[in-house]
Amino acid sequence: MTSIGLPHFLIVGAALFALGMVTVVTRRNAVGILMGVELILNAANVNFIAFNHYVAAPGSFTGQVFSIFVIVLAAAEAAIGLAIVLAIYQTFHTIDVEETDLLRE
Amino acid sequence: MEHSENIARAVEVGWLWLIPLFPLVGSALNLAFGWKLQKRYGKRAVHFIAVGAMLLSCVVAELAFWKMVAASPADRFFENHLWTMWQSGSLHVDLSFGLDPLGMMMTMIVTHVATLIHIYSIGYMADEPDYWRFFMWLNLFVFSMLLLVMGSNFLVMFFGWEGVGLCSYGLIAFWYTDVEKAKAGMKAFVVNRFGDFGFVIGLFILFWSLSGVWAKDTNHYIPERGLSGRVMGTEAEPPRVAPSGIRLGPTVEFRELRNQISDESTGMAERLKEMDFWGFPVLALVCILFFVGATGKSAQIPLYVWLPDAMAGPTPVSALIHAATMVTAGVYMVARLNFLFALSPAAMTVVAVVGVLTAIFAASIGFFQYDIKKVLAYSTVSQLGFMFIGVGVGAYWAGVFHLMTHAFFKACLFLGSGSVILACHHEQDMRKMGGLREYTPITRWTYLAACWAIAGFPWAAGFYSKDEILWKAWTAEGLSADWIGPAVYIVGAIAALGTSFYMFRSYYMTFTGAYRGAGGHHDKERQEDPHTVPAHAHADDALHAPTHAAAAHDVKLVPDAHAVAHDAHAHGGTPHESPNSMTWVLAILAFAAVVAGVIFGWPASWGTGHEPLLERWLAPSLPAAEHVKFAEPGRATEYEFQFIGFAIAAVGWFAARVLYVDAKSPIPARLKAMFPRVWSVVFNKYYVDELYDATVVRAAIGGGKGYVFPAIAALAAAIIAIATDAHAFDVPSYLVHGTISSRLWLYSGVSRLLVIVPVTAFAYAAAYYGTAAACYFIDQKGIDALVNFMGWLGRAVAYFDAAIDKYVVDGAVNGLADLTIGGGRALRRVQTGHIQAYLFGALGGGIALVILLYIEPNIVTAIGQLLGLR
Repeated sequence: MTSIGLPHFLIVGAALFALGMVTVVTRRNAVGILMGVELILNAANVNFIAFNHYVAAPGSFTGQVFSIFVIVLAAAEAAIGLAIVLAIYQTFHTIDVEETDLLRE
Repeated sequence: MEHSENIARAVEVGWLWLIPLFPLVGSALNLAFGWKLQKRYGKRAVHFIAVGAMLLSCVVAELAFWKMVAASPADRFFENHLWTMWQSGSLHVDLSFGLDPLGMMMTMIVTHVATLIHIYSIGYMADEPDYWRFFMWLNLFVFSMLLLVMGSNFLVMFFGWEGVGLCSYGLIAFWYTDVEKAKAGMKAFVVNRFGDFGFVIGLFILFWSLSGVWAKDTNHYIPERGLSGRVMGTEAEPPRVAPSGIRLGPTVEFRELRNQISDESTGMAERLKEMDFWGFPVLALVCILFFVGATGKSAQIPLYVWLPDAMAGPTPVSALIHAATMVTAGVYMVARLNFLFALSPAAMTVVAVVGVLTAIFAASIGFFQYDIKKVLAYSTVSQLGFMFIGVGVGAYWAGVFHLMTHAFFKACLFLGSGSVILACHHEQDMRKMGGLREYTPITRWTYLAACWAIAGFPWAAGFYSKDEILWKAWTAEGLSADWIGPAVYIVGAIAALGTSFYMFRSYYMTFTGAYRGAGGHHDKERQEDPHTVPAHAHADDALHAPTHAAAAHDVKLVPDAHAVAHDAHAHGGTPHESPNSMTWVLAILAFAAVVAGVIFGWPASWGTGHEPLLERWLAPSLPAAEHVKFAEPGRATEYEFQFIGFAIAAVGWFAARVLYVDAKSPIPARLKAMFPRVWSVVFNKYYVDELYDATVVRAAIGGGKGYVFPAIAALAAAIIAIATDAHAFDVPSYLVHGTISSRLWLYSGVSRLLVIVPVTAFAYAAAYYGTAAACYFIDQKGIDALVNFMGWLGRAVAYFDAAIDKYVVDGAVNGLADLTIGGGRALRRVQTGHIQAYLFGALGGGIALVILLYIEPNIVTAIGQLLGLR
C-alpha cells in the first residue's frame, strides 16, 4: 500500500456523486431531493480540491476558490430550493414530487 | 479707337455673394420654420424674416453701388468668383457673380422694388392663412432674380432664369385650390419652356461657333469645324490668346465673350459674321434663338399669352414678378448681349419688329378689358414691346431706361390696383368700381402719377424713356432696311397713343363718377370668362347697367380661394383706403415714377451738353452702342418729335376723358353696339388663346394631327429663312425699276420662302405619314402576332404552374403540417410533468454518451464532421 493519492479522492468523489444522483432520482420527498443535490455538489468540491492538490502548479488556489464558490452557491441554492418547497406545500398541501405534475400542462 | 477701352478687366469684390444670400436664407427659414413661427408668434415673425432679409440684401447692394460709383468707369466690372462648378473639355463653368453698370442697375431695381413690395405685401396679404408660404416664394424669387442679373456667365444666369420661372409658377398658382389659378400657373410654366428651348439651343450654337485655334503667325483664328473636341492634357493646348492678351475660344462667361467679340484685333466678330450653321448665318441664328427665349420670359408675340393669365396670382406678385422685374429679364438679356446683337442687322430687325407688333397688339387688347389687372397686364406686354424696340434698334440704354422707369410706374400701377381691389372687397371689374377718388385719395393720386408716367407726359418719367426709344427708332440705321425704322416709329407712336388712352380709361372708370359696387361681393369673385361669352350678349350696355351685367353676360363665378380673407374685412359696402404700409409704398413708387425720368434721362438736346446720366452710367456695359449707327437730323427735328410724343399722350388722355369720365358719356356703349363683331374679337384677345388651344395644345395633348406639325415646321422654317436673310426686307428691284430681274427675284427672300415653305411642309408630312404607315404595318403584322403568341405562351405556362402549385407546393406544405401534428401527438406522452422522469431521461442520455465515448473515443469529432462543423 502506498500513500493516499489522487485516485482515492476521485473514488470518494464519484461515490458521493452516485449517492447524490440516486437520492435525487429516487426520493419522492422534495427535501430529500435537495439533500441529494448537496451531495452532488460536494462530490464536485472533493474533486476540485483533489485536482488542485495533485495536478495544478504549487501555490495555486484555483481549486479552493472554486470549491468556496460552490459552497456559497449551494447555500443560496438550498435557500431558494427550500423556499420553492414551501411554496409547493402551500399549493398542493404535500411535498411529494409525484403529486406535483402541473408542469405537464 | 483704342482696343484697351473695349477690354473689360474684372475687379474682384469678395462679398457680392451676400446680396443673393440673404433672400435665400430668408426663404429657407420660412420654408423650414415659417409654419411653426406663424402658429406660435403670429405673422409678424414671418414677415420679419422676409423683409429683414430683403433689407440686408438692399444694404449690401447699396454698398456695392457706392463702391462702383467711386470707381472709375474702366474699373466698374466687379466679379466675385466662388467656386468652379464643373469643367469638361473647353467648357468651364464657375459659380461667380459679376456686376457691371448694367447688372448693378438691375440689382438696385430688383432689391429696392422687391423690398418695397415685400412691405406692401404685409398689408395686402394680412388675411392670408398661408402667409409664410407667400413670403417663402417671394424671397426665393428675389434670390433667383438676383442670380439672373448678377450671374457672370450664362449658366448662373440660366439658373436664375429657370428659378424665376419656378417662383412665378408657384406664385401664380398660389391659391392652388382654385383650378383656374392652378392652370394659369401651369400655362406660364409651359409657355416659358418653349422660350427656354430657344435660349438653350442658342447658347449651344454660340458655344460651338466660338471654338477654334489662334494661329500665331498668320494672325488668324482658325475655326474647328464639327463638334469633335480635344482630350485635355494629351497634347499641348493650342494657343488661344490674341495679341491683345484676350483669351479666345468657347466660353460661357459674359465678360470673356464680350472681350473677344468687341475687341477688333481678335477678328472674332468678322469670323462670326461669316460663319454659317446649316446654311443659316450663325450670328442671326444665335441672336434670334436667344430672342426666342426672351419672348417667353418677357411675354412677346407669340409667347405673350401666359402673362395676362398670370394675373391670377396675388397682386403684389403681379407687381413684382409680372411687371417690374422678371418679365424684363428678356430685355436685360438682349442688352447684356448687345455686342452680339449689334453684329446682326437681321436679328436687330426681328427684335424691333416683334417688339413694335407686340406693343400695338397688346395695347389694342387693353382698350376693351374690364378687369383692372388685365388692363395692366396687357399694358405690361405692350411696354415690354417698347423696350424691345429700344434694344432692337440699337438704342440699348434707352430700352434699359424704359425698363427702369417701367419698373417704377408699373409697380406703382399694379400696387395701386391692388389697393383698389382691396378697397372694393376683392372686386376686379372696373364696371363695379367708380368714384374711388373720394374713398382712396392716396391710391388715386399715386395711380394718376403713374398714369402720367406711362402715358408720356413730360413731367413724369415715361416720357423720357419712351420718347428716346421712338426717336431712336425713327433715326435707326442699323436695321436690315432703311424703311423699317420709320415704320417701327409710326406703329410705335400709335401704340403709345393707345397706351395713353387705355390707361386713362382705367383711371376714369375706377376713380371718377359714383361708386357702382354693390358692396356685397363677400362670397364670390367675379371674372368675365371670354371663352363662354357669346358675341351678341355684349350688345347691351353693361357699363350703365352694372347690376344686370351678371345676368346678361354669361359670367363665370369663380369660387373664392381665400374666402376667409373676406370675413376679416368687416367694412360693410363702402370702399376704404388701404393700411399705411401700402400707401407709403405707393407714394414712394409714384415719386420715383415721376422724378426718375428727369434725374436719369434728361435729354442731351435740352441744353445740358452731355449725354443723359443713365447713358453715361451704362456706357461701359454697352460696347456695341458706339457701333450702331443713327441718323442725326438735327435738334429742331428732335424737338418736333418730342412735341409729337407729348401730343400723343395728350390726345389719348383727352379721348379717354371725353369717353369715360364719371361714366356719363353714352358714346362707348353706342360704339360697342355699332361694331359688335370688332368689339368681341378684340375683347376676346383676337382669339389667340383659342388658336393656340386648337393647334399647339390639342396637337400636343392628342398626339398631333397630321397637318398641324408640318404647318408649324413650315412656319418656323419660314420665319428663320426670312429673319436670317439679310436682303429679305429689301424692296424688290422689280418694284423699283418696273422690270423684273429674274436672278434678283430668284435669290430674294420671297422666292426663298416659296421654296422653303412647301419643301419643309412636304418633307415633314412625308416623314410623318411614312413613319405612321410603317408603324401601322409593323403594329398590325408584327407586333400583334408577337403579342398573341406571348399571350398563348403565358396561358400554357400558367397551367403548368398551377399543377406544380397544386401537387408539389401544396403537398409539401400539407405533408409538413401532418408530420408536425403526428410528432406532437407522439411526444406528448413523454411530457409527464414528473421532474424525476425528466431526470431519468437526462441521466440516461448522459450514460448513453459515456458508453458511446467508451466504445468510440472519436465520437464527438465524428458527429461534428457529420454536421459539417469541421
